[in-house]
This record gives sequence, structure tokens and C-alpha cells, in this order.
Amino acid sequence: MIAVKNLSKIYRVHRRPPGLGAALRSVLRRRYEEVKAVEDLSFEIAEGERVGFLGPNGAGKTTTLKILSGLLHPSAGEVRIGAFVPQQRDPRFLQLITLVMGQKQQLLWDLPPTETYAMNRAIYDLPRAQAEATQKALVELLEIGDLISKPTRQLSLGERMKCELVAALLHQPRILFLDEPTIGLDVSMQATMREFIRDYNQRFGAAVLLTSHYMDDVTALCPRVIVIDRGHLVYDGNLQELVRRVRPDKRVSIRLSAPADRGLLDKLGTVVSADAAQVVLSVPAGKVNVVVRDALAALAVVDLTIEDPPLEEVMRELFSAQRADAGAHRQAAP
Amino acid sequence: MTAGTMRRVLRAYPTLLRVGLSEVVAYRAEFLIWILTTNMPLVMLAIWHAVAADGPVGRFDQEQFTAYYLGVQAVRLLTSTWVVWQISMEIRDGTLSAKLLRPLHPLYAYSAEHLAAVPLRALVISPIVAVLVYAAGDRLAFHDPVLVAILLASLLGAWLLIFFTMVLLGALAFYVESAMGLFELWLGIHAIFSGYLIPLEVLPAWIRGATRLLPFRYMLGFPVETLVGLLGRAAAARELGYQWGFVALFAGLALLVWRRGVRRFAAYGG
Repeated sequence: MIAVKNLSKIYRVHRRPPGLGAALRSVLRRRYEEVKAVEDLSFEIAEGERVGFLGPNGAGKTTTLKILSGLLHPSAGEVRIGAFVPQQRDPRFLQLITLVMGQKQQLLWDLPPTETYAMNRAIYDLPRAQAEATQKALVELLEIGDLISKPTRQLSLGERMKCELVAALLHQPRILFLDEPTIGLDVSMQATMREFIRDYNQRFGAAVLLTSHYMDDVTALCPRVIVIDRGHLVYDGNLQELVRRVRPDKRVSIRLSAPADRGLLDKLGTVVSADAAQVVLSVPAGKVNVVVRDALAALAVVDLTIEDPPLEEVMRELFSAQRADAGAHRQAAP
Repeated sequence: MTAGTMRRVLRAYPTLLRVGLSEVVAYRAEFLIWILTTNMPLVMLAIWHAVAADGPVGRFDQEQFTAYYLGVQAVRLLTSTWVVWQISMEIRDGTLSAKLLRPLHPLYAYSAEHLAAVPLRALVISPIVAVLVYAAGDRLAFHDPVLVAILLASLLGAWLLIFFTMVLLGALAFYVESAMGLFELWLGIHAIFSGYLIPLEVLPAWIRGATRLLPFRYMLGFPVETLVGLLGRAAAARELGYQWGFVALFAGLALLVWRRGVRRFAAYGG
């Protein structure tokens, strides 16, 4: 459904040092620099897939989403979404997609969201009955029935984000590009959003490409992740596989009824944290059985859980390894 | 434009107009302040009225100046559109993205948003028109149905010409950072060559000749001259042809600059 092949995007950016002299010189001669936001990126996404799109700030995630949604023209490479080339912005293509950016909105600021919905219904040429039914279903799912007739400017960030989602999904797009859809929301609102996105994906069979700095979003929603750094593809595959590859150890969390001896804990595994009531150990995956058996025998265990390391740590390790490799490569180059 | 696009536009436009009107009502204080600050024609009327006290200036006696500047005030308030600010800002801060993501050309949305203000503007200028009819009723074009038809077509033409010029200037923000500086320059030239400050008829012949080659007169001076009876049927019909020629030219230029500019859109911040 989405096919990206050797995609590159280069921005031409005006650079000027600070100071009056530099400002005057820039009037006569401007210095431009080329910034490679995305370089030689390739991937495919099938219908109905939920994919996390990860990378540090400035990695090229939002640029890629903007190219996929037809807002930006690529500098090189090919993008196809179904039968369409996004930058041609064919109305049938735009009918197929939506792009939700957590920090930007399409809602009319001084009018209630219902006016934006009416406008979108007209622009997307939706039959009234169908649009009203979709709106009703989405409003019920997000529990915002009492909000949509208030002026947008009077809504909180979380409320606006929910109303924004209804506007973005009213035309029942088959592809959702979600750029930080939970940014600035509290924990319970984030959970509601995740549930909603998963529900929409299952109900409409829509493909979802999601960027988020909240790894909980990715863990909860995306079986597959595409990781990019400085515009380059770093990883494309199963999320669990990525975790296993980067951090093959497991986290064993043990709740205790009595403090444990530190020497004993060090023998069981690498101590991540420890206090009188709670211990977290990092243990090689192959030794988990043995460690659990020994812990149950030697410690006053109340509760015990085995988990993967947090995704944040995995990503941090992946990017630092990636950058160390790139640095070594640069030094080795003649 | 394909038949499908035309159908979509025709279906969407009434709703866009209705939502646009809701926005105008929401911003009614701003709207009224703008109306109240558009008073330059009244200042010019006071000056020329004093000048004409000693005798007419060409065809312009005191009553003609009164009719002319009230006409300028009414036509200016009815037809001006400031979409250039909106387009320039939305390109620079990236909020244009939301419009580009919809399956309808953004210019339809802009046009509906600004056209929606026209009924409210017509309401606001109705007292000015009433004073105009009272002060110079027998000079006005209203007695001749052909001139009335030309007047209505010229008002639509003026609105479209201003709209496309504003789109053209606003779309320059795709290319340069100082698009609004160009707009300020445009405003200055417009004030002279449109007949906004001084009736073109009282300017030197070479300036009057130049106005034929420029679009400004057709944005304001021509509809006003038609309204206040300075043009006969034949002259008004000929000028209408020129005006709509400019409309076609500027529509083409605006669309060309827009289409090429969108390729450069960086969608920063949004």
C-alpha cells in the first residue's frame, strides 16, 4: 500500500552568524547550506499495518510523513501510495489519507469543532447521513459529546486533540499518518488515544504510521517499527526482535517482604535498582529460569515479574551504538 | 478543472460560505474597526470639496466630488480583500499544510472565507449608499439597467482582480521572505493609480494613459466611475472588457505562481 524507494529530501537553509556585521553582509551575499533531512530511505507498509516510526529529534521522521502525505516534494527517490504519487496531491489520494500533527491543528479556532466537521463534510463531499453517523461514532468513542459545540479556543489541549482526531477521521481515511498524536496529554488521555487508534485500525483496516516520543505509545500500538537516524534507515522489523537484538537481557523485578543481601543480589544478576522493598535485576535471557529459581529460594519474595527492558533504554542504546559506529567509520576513512 | 472537481466545488462552496460567515461574525469587532479606519476617501472628499468651492476641476464640481468619494468608500469597503496577509502568514508558519491536505484547492477555501464577508459589508455600506443616493441620485448609474448590469459585473470583476492580485502577492512568500514588503509597495502604487486618493480624470494625461496598462484602475476607479455616472454605456462596456481581461491575466499568474510555489513549500512548524 505504501512503497518508499530510495527517498531523499534536501533542504536549502540560509545560514548567518549572529551580529550586525553578519546581518549586513547577508543582505548582499546570502550563504545557503544544504541539509539532508532524509537520505536513501526505503520501506513498504501493507494495508492495515500499525508501524511505529522512531528516531531522535531531527532524524527526518516528520519530513518523511510530510512527503508521504504530499506536503513536501522529495529531492530524490520514489513514493507511491496505492496508485498515487503523493506530491501530485490527487483529490482521490487526499481522500485516502489523514495527517495528524500533535502540535498543529486544523480546527477553526474561534468556532466550535462542529463547524470544522461541517466544512470537512463538504470538502470531502461526504453524504450527510454517512458523515453524521461517522461523527456520532467517533464522538461517542472519544466521549466528547459535550465539547464539540464549544468554541475551540475554550477547550483544553487534550480536549482539542480529541476533537482534532474526529475532524481528521471524518472521511474514514484508510491511511493514518500520526505525528506525536499524544504530545502534551496526561497519562490517562494518552491511554484513551492509544485505545482509540487501535480500535480505528481494527474497525476500518486502516494502515497507521505513528511517530511518538512516548515509547508506551509505540509498545502498545506497533508490532513493527521503522527506526531512522539522521535521515538513514537504522532498523525495520519486529519491535520485540529489535529489543532482543539491542538488549538481549530481561528485567526481573522482585517485590520483597524483607531486605535482601547485596552480595546475593550481585550473584543473581546486574542490579539496576535496589531498596528494602523492591529490587530490579538485569539478567541474560537464557539465565532467567535459573535466576528466578534461585531468587525464590534465597529471597523473601512477595511478587516477581519478568519484562523486556524499557523501550527508551533500547532506543538510547541503539542510537549511541549507531553514532559510535558512524564516528569510527569516519575516523577510519582516508 | 475536471467535471468531478467542479461538482465537488459546487457542493462544498455553500457550506464554505456559511462557515466563512460564521467566522466573520466571530471576528465582528475586528471587522467593524477595519470599517471605521477606512476613512481616507472622506478626508480626500473634504479637501477636494474645499478646492471645488472656487469652481469645478474639469468635470468635477462639489457634488461630483461628493458622489465620487462616497462611491470610492462604498466600493472599497465592498470589494477589498486582505487574503495576502493570511496566505503569507500560513506559508511562513506552515499552517497552510492543513489546507493542502484537503481534497479541494486552498484558493477555493480562501475565496469562500473572504467572499462570505461581502453580505455583511453590503449591510455596513448601505448607509453610505443611502447618503450617496440622497446627495447625487440623479447622477448615478441606477437609472439605466444596462449600466447597472455593467456596474454589478464590474464589482464582481474588481473583487476577483483584487483577490487574485492578493493571492499572487501572498504566494510570493513561497519564494521570498519579504513578500509583505512587496505588498506595502503595491499599496502605495495602488493608492495613486486606482483613483483611491485622486480621481484619475483630474490627473495629467500621461498618468491616465498609464492606468490603461495597469490593473489598479479596474480594482476601484472603474466601478466607481460607472456608479457615479462618469462613463456612458459604450465606454463602460469597453472598460469592462479590459477589466475582465486583467482578471483572466491575474488569475492565470496567481495560479502559476501558486502551483510552482507549492513545490517549494517547506511546511516548517506544521
